[in-house]
Amino acid sequence: MPTRRELLRAAAGGWLLGGAPPAARAAGAGGAAETLEALPGKKPLIRRAWRPPNFETPLASLVPEFTRNDEFFVRYHLAVIPEIDAETWRLQVGGSGAQRPITLTLRDLRHGYERVRIAAVNQCSGNRRGLFTPRVPGVQWGNGAMGNAQWGGVRLRDVLNRAGIAGGAVEVVFNGADTPVLAATPDFLKSLPIERALDENVLIATEMNGQPLPHWNGAPARLVVPGWTGTYWVKHLTEVRIETAPFEGFWMKSAYRIPTGKFPGSRFRTQETPETTPITEILVNSLITSHVPGARLKRGAHVELAGKAWDGGSGIAAVEVSADARRSWQPAVLGRDLGRFAWREFRYRIDTSRSGPLELSVRARSRDGATQPDTLTVNPAGYHDNIVQAVSLEVA
Amino acid sequence: MKGRLAAACLVLAAAPLAARAGEETLRLKEAPGRDLAQGRCAVCHSLDYIPANAPAMDRAAWGKTIQKMRDRFGAPLTDEEARQILDYLAANYADKS
Repeated sequence: MPTRRELLRAAAGGWLLGGAPPAARAAGAGGAAETLEALPGKKPLIRRAWRPPNFETPLASLVPEFTRNDEFFVRYHLAVIPEIDAETWRLQVGGSGAQRPITLTLRDLRHGYERVRIAAVNQCSGNRRGLFTPRVPGVQWGNGAMGNAQWGGVRLRDVLNRAGIAGGAVEVVFNGADTPVLAATPDFLKSLPIERALDENVLIATEMNGQPLPHWNGAPARLVVPGWTGTYWVKHLTEVRIETAPFEGFWMKSAYRIPTGKFPGSRFRTQETPETTPITEILVNSLITSHVPGARLKRGAHVELAGKAWDGGSGIAAVEVSADARRSWQPAVLGRDLGRFAWREFRYRIDTSRSGPLELSVRARSRDGATQPDTLTVNPAGYHDNIVQAVSLEVA
Repeated sequence: MKGRLAAACLVLAAAPLAARAGEETLRLKEAPGRDLAQGRCAVCHSLDYIPANAPAMDRAAWGKTIQKMRDRFGAPLTDEEARQILDYLAANYADKS
């Protein structure tokens, strides 16, 4: 009897196979069939919600080293999403901790600062929420609220330094052009600790995989915070504020929080309470992209298990595979190193010499020594599902 | 109350970018309270959020969600409307096992 987790993965993979079995479709998130739909400018993606739009990348599209712009997942909290004219777009940089507030055009960003590029995974905090047991409310994501891209832009810290950082600055606050339907709904603003905002890897990005950012991924400029979950990667960026007091907004104080002390990862001390703290870094994780549960392998055939492994920026040290119920582990072969914030491909030759069922487990280890746990740490918002991955196959 | 709702509708009308063609085909289950639930919930979000969340929801979870929509997101609902919507969602979209 396949688990819901397996069925969900099968449902997402069904697209790759040209149609999932009815049982898998019926078991899609929310108990309904998964619908593929193309937003303007995008390929068909798994529609998790219509408005605000939340669209997931199908498993087959997570196979390439870099996720295509037109297949990259889409995630919004607020339904009013303007198409921004790049000519009239302005970025305001100020705040109580800024010495010389500035206003930048896209041209200023392109020509006034050193241009840099970085490969990084963008993973939604709630990726895999739909696989949680017990179920938790929220967008019922499968595995595809993530992707890996080459981001191009300027360093946030270069822009902050141009505006001048006053002593006593503790956080930097970011606002985007998307707004709520009702004036009473909190606008989507996020903050970063000042030390993270000054990290050389944090960008104001205008390009994704060598192209201008797609509308649905934050055109004309978005924040890129390598190693931290997608909630901080504010899209359609319009305002950056250096602040001398912790930001009090709903999306920091009440949303995107995890139980304090339950998970590894950087601490966000100015936003921490004894009970809860903001989610920060992506935890070490892996994803099997080559096979969906129930796949049949021909006995004696040369078959490789393959997928991706990533973490919050230390890089992947090893990926191991177990074919004996996690008693012993064999190393997988790692692919090209695209940088410590990117994902790393892995491949493993499957032993197909014996007929019968075959369950393979996969676990990644980061360079800082963290590994994937066997069991889920349940938390109310359904974050940080990085448990050991498994797939049940059949050799015949 | 009427003023606030009228304002909400105005905001929605002024936000054509919010909706794409086809959303109007989404419908909740026919049962008492449906029209109220559809009318109020769809001000801010499409109705597919409701069936998508049903497997995670029981009556208590819907109660918390409706309270969050009112208190945190500013949904203009009277107590009576909130009660009717809760009854409708708990009867039709509470599949948590």
